[in-house]
Amino acid sequence: MADQQMTVMTGNEAAATAAKLARVQVIAAYPITPQTSVVETLAAWVESGELPAEFVTVESEHSALSVCIAASTVGARVFTATSANGLAYMNEQVWWAAGARLPIVMGLANRAMAAPWNVLNDQQDSMSVRDAGWVQLYCRDNQEILDTFLQAFRIAERINVPVMVCYDGFLLSHTVMPVSVPDAAMADAFLPPRPAPLTVVDPDDPRNIGAVTLADPRADAEGTSCHGYMEIRALHHQALLSALDVIPQVDEEFAAVFGRAWGGLTWEYLLDDADVVLVAAGSLGTQLTVAAEALRAEGMKAGVLGIRSYRPFPVEALRAKLVGRKGALVFDKALSYGYEGPICSDLRAAMCGVNDAPLVFGAVCGLGGRDVSPEQLADAARRAVADVHAGASERPTDWINLHLEG
Amino acid sequence: MATRITELPDREFVLSGNRSCAGCGIGIGLRAITKALDGRMVMTVPASCLTVLGGMYPISSVSVPWVNMAFPATAAAASGLVAGLRAMGRAGEMTVLAMAGDGGTSDIGIQGLSGAAERNEDFIYVCYDNEAYMNTGTQRSGLTPAGARTTTTWSGKRENPKDMPRIMEAHGIPYVASTSAAFPADVYDKVRKARDIHGLRYIHMNTPCPSGWSFDPKDTVALGKMAVEAGLVVLYEVVDGVFKLTGRSAALARSGKPRVPVADYIETQGRFRGMTDDAVAAVQMWVDERWALYVARDAQGA
Repeated sequence: MADQQMTVMTGNEAAATAAKLARVQVIAAYPITPQTSVVETLAAWVESGELPAEFVTVESEHSALSVCIAASTVGARVFTATSANGLAYMNEQVWWAAGARLPIVMGLANRAMAAPWNVLNDQQDSMSVRDAGWVQLYCRDNQEILDTFLQAFRIAERINVPVMVCYDGFLLSHTVMPVSVPDAAMADAFLPPRPAPLTVVDPDDPRNIGAVTLADPRADAEGTSCHGYMEIRALHHQALLSALDVIPQVDEEFAAVFGRAWGGLTWEYLLDDADVVLVAAGSLGTQLTVAAEALRAEGMKAGVLGIRSYRPFPVEALRAKLVGRKGALVFDKALSYGYEGPICSDLRAAMCGVNDAPLVFGAVCGLGGRDVSPEQLADAARRAVADVHAGASERPTDWINLHLEG
Repeated sequence: MATRITELPDREFVLSGNRSCAGCGIGIGLRAITKALDGRMVMTVPASCLTVLGGMYPISSVSVPWVNMAFPATAAAASGLVAGLRAMGRAGEMTVLAMAGDGGTSDIGIQGLSGAAERNEDFIYVCYDNEAYMNTGTQRSGLTPAGARTTTTWSGKRENPKDMPRIMEAHGIPYVASTSAAFPADVYDKVRKARDIHGLRYIHMNTPCPSGWSFDPKDTVALGKMAVEAGLVVLYEVVDGVFKLTGRSAALARSGKPRVPVADYIETQGRFRGMTDDAVAAVQMWVDERWALYVARDAQGA
């Protein structure tokens, strides 16, 4: 298309480009590897005037999200990005942003959590805030990063819930790939300015925003009963669940303008007749497509089911894709220590009690940037199938490419 | 010209009836602050006594826009309000005012405040200093005075408080002031002056707390005034680096009369019960040194 320009860029550049195309009005961010070049790029554009936005060069991630929360409360379209310890440092405000129902979009270049220090990729950081009430979308390549950020603003502003766009640090953030970049008019056609906020900041109509809220409903000065904390939380949960409809809708709307779609909640590869389904979120899914091809070549009917929306967790969509298959092997780049991979747990729960559900096994790989090859992924699938043939109906999490023996 | 208390505007933005304790100094100060801004403001407030004063959803006791915020985030939130209003083309509509307690300012909030001051963000920051974490039941903060018993310093705090206004002064911001809720007109004048200055304006407001300091709620203003008479609290302002004693502190310095002994002030409050004579004398010496410094700075105008 003439109004889209094919270029080569990193995932971080794709994120920054999307923020510019979204005409973000306030940016606040603090540098952390591997997110840093997002901040640098946006700062340069704001300085040059290429992006007419307020850039607040805060002294910490906690303040980065605090600035975004306040600016979003006023009605501005806001953006921030971070990784790992930065996300952990702003954790309190991750919850605040969601509870305050602000349509903030945050980029997360996924990185391992310290200690020990490690700046390389896994998904432990975003998994640690999966329960905070944000939409979490995972990207598999740099085009999807750019496109998903544009979609994220539209999703966030439709349901008044913040959206975290997760993409693998270094593997995507620092790897250049061809990316089709739309021009401003095309982006504007998809993403109109932010609708008026729910929050009113006006001396002529003073409101107390985010005040202490009791457990039970309470009457206002006119005697009208207003929600208690639990009702407010229930509405937040409903909004997040509504994203199960909104995310695919927005993906369709995106396709109508740009001619590309990303599958909405999930995506798939060679899944039609697959008996064995390999499941992952993020760029690992792309590697699984190579593994699936190798397995197919040797006669195993393997396919890939990629999770794009981890929160809300697309239970119905996953059931629809997996019922009738023989097995699903979930590859997590994170761990709930003392249990298993988080996506694996969630998928098991989603399949529990469902007729004709596949056996679900879990594998953990790629922690702290440990390289994982398609061949190793294929091997993991071969091991899982062999275990099933040997009669296993459950087994411990398979750690891929682990060398404890030294 | 200093405004007289009888000349403060009649219009109230702190509504009658709120959830603060009897005799709480915050309400007195907040009335003067909101009057000074004619209510054309948005406040941001962290977890603190002020949150309690503000009311519980869906009822508010203050008729100005009010954005509640997490404990460490006051100054960053104010920065975000400034950026958001500017981005929306609404910067001229209202003053952004951050207001936090002594713990929220000098302890958990100091990093964000320092960052905002270094960036010279365009808002007024008021620290209401009631000298401990009063909302959680009187735990020591970085601004609790030496000798004061709190629920984390059962035998009395050993250390003198940080000098928060001087910390802020060191950031080179355009306006720093020290005031007291016991002098509402002084609070009013300082906020009024700050309103017309751009950049980060820091106002430190001593705020007597009957429950935390253990005194009769009817004595809030009397004790706040006594702290000034003793030189424990000094009213001053630093405008673009020029230091000037103001109000009662200026009069006290010029009168040359002796200040009220620290021991007399300490006597009035249960929190200081059990302080040894040596400890009181040490505080007196600390106050005397500081007072001499303030008077010298006032004479030099720097």
